[in-house]
Amino acid sequence: MNTSNKLLNPRSSKKSFHRFYDINGWGFVLPAVALVAVFMIYPIISSLWMSLHSGRGIIVEFVGFGNVIRLFNDPVFIKALSNTFIFLLVQVPIMIFLSLMLSSCLNSPNLKYRSLFRLAIFLPCVTSLVAYSILFKSMFSFEGAANSFLMWIGLITDPIPWLSDPFWAKVTIIIAITWRWMGYNMIFFLSAMQNIDKSIYEAARIEGVSSIKQFFFITVPLLKPVILFTTVMSTIGTLQLFDEVMNITGGGPANETLTLSMYIYNLSFKFVPNFGYAATVSYVIVFFAAILALLQFRIAKDK
Amino acid sequence: MNQHKLTRIGMYVFLTFMSILSLFPFYWMLVSSTNTTTDINQGKITFGDQLWINITKLSEQVDLTLIFWNTSKIAILSTIFTLLVASMAGYGFEIYKSKNRDRVYGVLLLTMMIPFAALMIPLFTLMAKAQLLDTHLAVILPTIASVFIVFYFRQCTKAFPGELIDAARVDGVKEWKIYFYVYMPVMKTTYAAAFIIVFMASWNAFLWPLIVLQSADLKTINLVLSSLSSAYFPDFGVIMVGTVAATIPTLAVFFLMQKQFVAGMSGSVK
Repeated sequence: MNTSNKLLNPRSSKKSFHRFYDINGWGFVLPAVALVAVFMIYPIISSLWMSLHSGRGIIVEFVGFGNVIRLFNDPVFIKALSNTFIFLLVQVPIMIFLSLMLSSCLNSPNLKYRSLFRLAIFLPCVTSLVAYSILFKSMFSFEGAANSFLMWIGLITDPIPWLSDPFWAKVTIIIAITWRWMGYNMIFFLSAMQNIDKSIYEAARIEGVSSIKQFFFITVPLLKPVILFTTVMSTIGTLQLFDEVMNITGGGPANETLTLSMYIYNLSFKFVPNFGYAATVSYVIVFFAAILALLQFRIAKDK
Repeated sequence: MNQHKLTRIGMYVFLTFMSILSLFPFYWMLVSSTNTTTDINQGKITFGDQLWINITKLSEQVDLTLIFWNTSKIAILSTIFTLLVASMAGYGFEIYKSKNRDRVYGVLLLTMMIPFAALMIPLFTLMAKAQLLDTHLAVILPTIASVFIVFYFRQCTKAFPGELIDAARVDGVKEWKIYFYVYMPVMKTTYAAAFIIVFMASWNAFLWPLIVLQSADLKTINLVLSSLSSAYFPDFGVIMVGTVAATIPTLAVFFLMQKQFVAGMSGSVK
């Protein structure tokens, strides 16, 4: 385009057109670049500097790697880290598997009410994180809808302490996140499945391969890149889990559902603020997110 | 053949079951907004007659008009400025290609990997230094710096016919006018998809507004709902009216723009 424009405008020499082109280019990208520099690049660097300091409120002193050492001796941090990992190691695979099953059902030929099913399953991801968290909090209260239903069908005889038991509180959070994001991931799988050649399934059907085998030996291997993409995205999302935990359990009972993000929030805004130490904890998330991003980059390259 | 039929039935059962699970919380939300908190806590799943009472109680506790005005103001301003800034950048990076700008673009893409959890404290101290804490501007500004939307616009600009720009240049149209009068109208669908992504994210935002906004008269609907439900004995009947009200705008945007919604989502994987 560069050369064609130069020809179109014979009065301008090559050099002045180049300058004109360059000034306009910078002009258009400048607002975005400036905003990212101020609100992302500067903060992430200043947070690295903060993480080398410690103290309460405005009285801070330089501690170097003191905060990192403190991390390893902080039982609450260890708790938050292990909770976060339990959430993502259990929730992400369950959700990805369910989304895959759903999308392969929705993709099967001659399915009736296809768009109706798709709409119903996608609808949860239109709700705000706070709104749906409150819904789950009320449904999973001790005598709430979830327990009434399970007792009515006879699956349990005594109500489950969904929100007050360390184990069940985690289960509630996992159910809630899965509900919210299942349909979201399903859309990615559905659009990827549209690119799979239908004749593969045709051939498998003629050979007498069952639908379940078709799912595991045709659909899943062919969707591998998208599955990896959504897995990495969901993992990065769960790594930052905050809204749900804050609004469903408040991190309780006794920090049993506390996540890294919530711990950072507590350190900075709930307790006497220690921004230096909180920044150090936040770099733990950066560290894991970077590993995941790198993994994704490698996968994208292999593709 | 028999087995084939069986798996088909299984499929319908599975899809129906999952659909009911997905829709039930919506039903629960509507039903609960018409019940008393005592009924809700006992799992009542039929409609009651408390809707009006719940609405009155909620409006006694919070200034609903003000809260909705705050939420819409933040969401709409964030969306407009994000679309403008990001589409300008996407246009600039793609139409005026240069090596140096591509290097800058590479840095921008890298920042996409930074999790928000790592930004919230330095952003908070930055806003404190700028004396912007407890203002709507502080909520809006970091939202506008959305690299993902820049990326989205650049990807979509790749399909923009460059001949249109050449033709406009021959006619002597100024560069910024080409962007406003040629590029913008042609890219309508891209703007629509980006609008949905940004508007939804902004309307549903929680953590950043929670950190920045302190005054009661500046709060957004999510902050109000969250603080109401964190009471020791949350008044769920009243809160449910609020969640219904908070969900209606996003549901409306979704149903009005369903096509662009899905297009925008799958466009983001490209």
